[in-house]
Amino acid sequence: MRSARLRRTRRPAAVALVSALALTALAACGTSSSDDGTDGTEQSGSSDPTTPLDPRTKVTLTIDCMPPAAKAAELKEWKEDVAEFNKTYPNVTIEGRSTPGQCLEPPRFTAMLKAKSQPDVFYTYFTDLPQVLAEDGAADISAYVHPTSVPLLKDIAPDVLGSLKHKGNLYGLPTSNYTMGLLINRKLFKDAGLDPDAPPRTWDEVRAAAKKIAALGNGVAGFGEYSAGNTGGWHFTAQMYSLGGDVVDASGTKAAFNDEIGKQVAKNLHAMRWEDDSMGKTQLLKWGDLQKQIATDKLGMFLAAPDDIAYMVQQLGAKYENFGMGPIPGGRNTLAGGNNYMVKKGISPDKIKAAVAWLNFKNLTVGKGQFDWARAKADGLPVGVPQPNFWLGDSKTKDDGARTRHATMPVANFKAFMDNPVPGKAEPPKAQEVYKVLDNVMSGLLTNKDADIDKLLATAETQVNQVLAHQ
Amino acid sequence: MPALSTAPRPTAPPRTDPPARTAPLATALRRNLTAHGFLIGAVLCFAVFSWYPMVREFLLAFQKTESGRTTWVGLDNFRTVADDPAFWQAWGNTLLYTALALLLGFAVPFVAALVINEFRHGQGYLRLLVYLPVMLPPVAAVLLFKYLYDPGYGLLNELLRFLGRPEQQWLQDPDISLLAVVIASTWMNMGGATLIYLAALQSIPGELYEAAELDGAGLLRKIWHVTIPQTRLVLSLMLLMQVIATMQVFVEPFLLTGGAGPEGSTTTVVYLIYQYAFNFNNYGAAAALGLMLLVLLAGFSAAYVKLSRAEDE
Repeated sequence: MRSARLRRTRRPAAVALVSALALTALAACGTSSSDDGTDGTEQSGSSDPTTPLDPRTKVTLTIDCMPPAAKAAELKEWKEDVAEFNKTYPNVTIEGRSTPGQCLEPPRFTAMLKAKSQPDVFYTYFTDLPQVLAEDGAADISAYVHPTSVPLLKDIAPDVLGSLKHKGNLYGLPTSNYTMGLLINRKLFKDAGLDPDAPPRTWDEVRAAAKKIAALGNGVAGFGEYSAGNTGGWHFTAQMYSLGGDVVDASGTKAAFNDEIGKQVAKNLHAMRWEDDSMGKTQLLKWGDLQKQIATDKLGMFLAAPDDIAYMVQQLGAKYENFGMGPIPGGRNTLAGGNNYMVKKGISPDKIKAAVAWLNFKNLTVGKGQFDWARAKADGLPVGVPQPNFWLGDSKTKDDGARTRHATMPVANFKAFMDNPVPGKAEPPKAQEVYKVLDNVMSGLLTNKDADIDKLLATAETQVNQVLAHQ
Repeated sequence: MPALSTAPRPTAPPRTDPPARTAPLATALRRNLTAHGFLIGAVLCFAVFSWYPMVREFLLAFQKTESGRTTWVGLDNFRTVADDPAFWQAWGNTLLYTALALLLGFAVPFVAALVINEFRHGQGYLRLLVYLPVMLPPVAAVLLFKYLYDPGYGLLNELLRFLGRPEQQWLQDPDISLLAVVIASTWMNMGGATLIYLAALQSIPGELYEAAELDGAGLLRKIWHVTIPQTRLVLSLMLLMQVIATMQVFVEPFLLTGGAGPEGSTTTVVYLIYQYAFNFNNYGAAAALGLMLLVLLAGFSAAYVKLSRAEDE
């Protein structure tokens, strides 16, 4: 009887062990519940999109791209702005999420959209609009954006706002924009006997200047270009635009770069690399590589957006004084882009109103938020980075004035860029796939001394046409 | 005088105790429950992180998502992938990479094992030396090779200049970039294979070599007639494992050449899958291409399993 009793008591223990293991395994496998994001205490306000948010409405907004702790000054300003915003909207909680590194990393962004785990207000680039719409990830906020909710709406440059529209509907509000220009290293320009206040304006001038700079020796390259990770195709596109060319035709269905302009771009690059030896030996570069080179006085020039300057100063230890910026050589068109916030599809009208109110205050008010240049200067942040026109009219006048008054860098170094705006042009359709094909053109030109340019362009044309056939 | 002894009366056989028969069964049950308990964790992790993604991949390969709606599109994703100009180049590069990796990655560890096996002393030190590269994080090793291969200031070209020989473009030459990647990969990964071959070599009976020597066999003939036949099974298994592994190459070309390489010469199938998924946002095409690779590798895996069973016999 004693023996029988012992056997019976062990069985429940085994069952308990199995249950415990199962629960542990479930925890170890990372099962998690998902928060639907709805605030249980939310009060319903007016659903009329043209009516501003009632300050008594309780709303919690999740938003990404809040500066991380490592960016202490920007984070301080973010919190100050939230506090000031809450004076008008005391019941709106801005729940910021920050990310170390870049706010938008394509792989993570894609996964976020697939999982529909984006916050209520999420950061994107202009070029991400098709992807976001394909995943049905953004709300149409056209009805919510009007002179009452965004007082300076009329002063936002049309090409900036246009980047966020699809079939007449508005899907986001802009944060900043950029156009590509020619970034130069002023020290190397002076060393080579060139005037850093007069950057090259034509590709022939680029070639001549690059040759002089490369003659300094010690591994210095005069001009640099990308040719890997789809960035080579991106810059080939920019060079085509600069000469008035196109990469894809107006219908969006045919390659348009295998022409005289395409040959001109290709031949110029090949000549700089192999005849002048002015582009350095190391190729297959991508974003980040040229910045390191120019920041360490090993590169004279490359095509860049102005925000590269801030990156090089803040991350790579360079000095603003050592850089200058001119318009993109050729000057016919330039590649344009920018950043913006979108609003998650499916959230409540009150949340959308709160999102528009916050974005208006933080990003679209001259003298406030990101445009408070006096505060930025006091906090040790860069003021005066050259920018293409974001504002028009009175807003532009006021903003430019404040920017110049509180500049923390020699804005004269960027005068050539600011004084000679080049019309911005959007990326081609299926941009990354087209860039991937054109990468082969760039890498062929820069790594193959005996490259057959006609063949490279013809092969790429055939391949881009294949890519465009699947739309 | 003792009395007359009578024959002892036979005793009845003892009665069996029925409860005793159930003991082994109860013990087996208890043991199995415990074992299954421990297995549940592993099975659940496999199910969530391996089997579910595979099922999902299979489904995605036949679906397309537009404006948030997912529709079945039959073989459209496969047609899109096959029509990609980089498709054939990626497969060609991957097969060429696999062939080169077998030539180098297969032969070099085997030769290294043969050499180490000939040393009577210092084998432990040599084993450690050969295995060290495996301990390096792949990214660190790749950056090392990136420096070696740099056409401007890299060690190899500095050496060539010193010797008065013409410089090479290494990773930047479409004709040799894939070979350069294979060399780096072989150096990074040969340690494990060498140890396995060394173990196989050391399990060969010494008498076979003695008999061969008595017959007048030299070094090469001993390798051909004794070493290789005796290690044939291990060689075959390693061959298949290597094919399966190298067909999935991604890290080395991605880090060394930026992915596509000069004129696309180091584009591999897995890199193309990466492009579809994360740069082109076309999960359907990525899944379709992944499924093609899966089917091909499943064939090699089946052959591997069959050979593994042959070893048990």
